[in-house]
Amino acid sequence: MSLIEITEVRKSFGDNEVLKGIDLNVEPGEVIAIIGKSGSGKSTLLRCINGLETINAGSIQVAGAQLATDELHLKALRLKVGMIFQGFNLFPHKTAGQNVMLSQMVVKKTPKPQAEEMAKKMLDRVGLGHKFDAYPDQLSGGQQQRVAIARALAMQPVALLCDEITSALDPELVQEVLAVVKELASEGMTLLMVTHEMRFARDVCSRVVFMHLGRVHEIGPPGEVFGNPKTPELRQFLGQTH
Amino acid sequence: MGYVFDYSWIGEYSGVLLKGLWLTVWLILVGATFGVALGIFCAWVRALGPKWARPIVGAYVELIRNTPFLIQLFFIFFGLPSLGVQMGETQAALLAMIINLGAYGCEIVRAGIQATTKGQFEAGWSLGLSRIETFRHVVLIPALQRIWPALSSQIVIVMLGSAVVSQIAAEDISYAADFIQSRTFRAFETYIVATLIYLALAILLRQLLKGVGWVLFPKRSAAR
Ligand SMILES: Nc1ncnc2c1ncn2[C@@H]1O[C@H](COP(=O)(O)OP(=O)(O)OP(=O)(O)O)[C@@H](O)[C@H]1O
Ligand SMILES: [Mg+2]
Repeated sequence: MSLIEITEVRKSFGDNEVLKGIDLNVEPGEVIAIIGKSGSGKSTLLRCINGLETINAGSIQVAGAQLATDELHLKALRLKVGMIFQGFNLFPHKTAGQNVMLSQMVVKKTPKPQAEEMAKKMLDRVGLGHKFDAYPDQLSGGQQQRVAIARALAMQPVALLCDEITSALDPELVQEVLAVVKELASEGMTLLMVTHEMRFARDVCSRVVFMHLGRVHEIGPPGEVFGNPKTPELRQFLGQTH
Repeated sequence: MGYVFDYSWIGEYSGVLLKGLWLTVWLILVGATFGVALGIFCAWVRALGPKWARPIVGAYVELIRNTPFLIQLFFIFFGLPSLGVQMGETQAALLAMIINLGAYGCEIVRAGIQATTKGQFEAGWSLGLSRIETFRHVVLIPALQRIWPALSSQIVIVMLGSAVVSQIAAEDISYAADFIQSRTFRAFETYIVATLIYLALAILLRQLLKGVGWVLFPKRSAAR
């Protein structure tokens, strides 16, 4: 049994079918890059995995937690997978530390001292231990995104979903976030990331998924996908981005 | 002409004035607390609550916002007893203020909730918070912060509007003023005093609400 099992997943918005039968199994510790043209369904796929979208057919399960629409199942699933967004989405009325503590205390009922300790540890892990008391609007984009990563990690998920997490950052801030992700990957965290950072995908990922028109069009180790694309669509896509 | 001001009555009637002042202060403190709570609850229902409940709250809001406060007050005090609901003038005044502020507060708070970005909800949900928990811990405070000046103004309006509760003989500042001028025949002076008291109250109330905001909302962008 794989850690993440995505089976025959279909998803439509109205009569626009965005995911047309996705099959993907992810093993523990794998780092998967999802690439593809705008509108190919990359974000939708990630959002389905932690239940931000409902699916029309197929099944998704993560470490035994099954995707369903009721809050109990959703909560169980979301405890397994963390999600990092393009726009950081830190809570503006809470400090970095409080951002990391909130879900531990509300969802897991962790007592405050332990939650605080965990928050310190996680902020240290992303290199921001000294920003514990800073509010989001006092942090740079790169710092905010690292707090968001710490916030997700504090729930001790088995996998992280990252949707273009460096796309909203100034170029000089991209590397500090990618460095954190790379560190997580080397520590064995399972990662699914939608990314346009092809060099990063090549260096860090175990497999690359090329999505096209709502399907997994090509999949394989980065060497193969980038070095020897089999379909004209992937060749064309890589041609554009190189 | 030469109107001669006469404030010699103040000493004799200061007890009446203080009693009126106390009732007005009590009405607005308790009324605003429960009125804002009701407003937040209704705003939650209208913006995020169960679909079947939204039109019910909508009807309440429109009913209150499109009828005079005085009529609402009379309805509660004189109308409800025919349905077997009896209450004293103070309770009736308080209830009318809560219901009135609840409706206006609902629309104000709802605007604050609806300005919340989808990303904030999704961040809460993806961390495992339920819908209610996300509202309570993620959405509510920034929403209130956005509309706090408007909500504060509405609370002041309700406080000033509370002058009409003297119509059902609730003994507030206006009631005291009516009473005093009918005894002393110094209407001009009496209403000057009443005006100054309301003015001072309104200014104090605004400061108090600023203070509440200061406690409730983080001092963002403050020097670190
Ligand atoms: N909430 C929604 N309602 C309706 N249609 C949607 C919704 N979300 C996405 N879509 C549609 O689904 C399709 C896939 O969108 P998705 O965001 O998954 O693409 P993507 O691969 O992430 O693209 P990008 O690289 O631009 O982020 C698009 O055609 C989009 O218009
Ligand atoms: Mg996308």
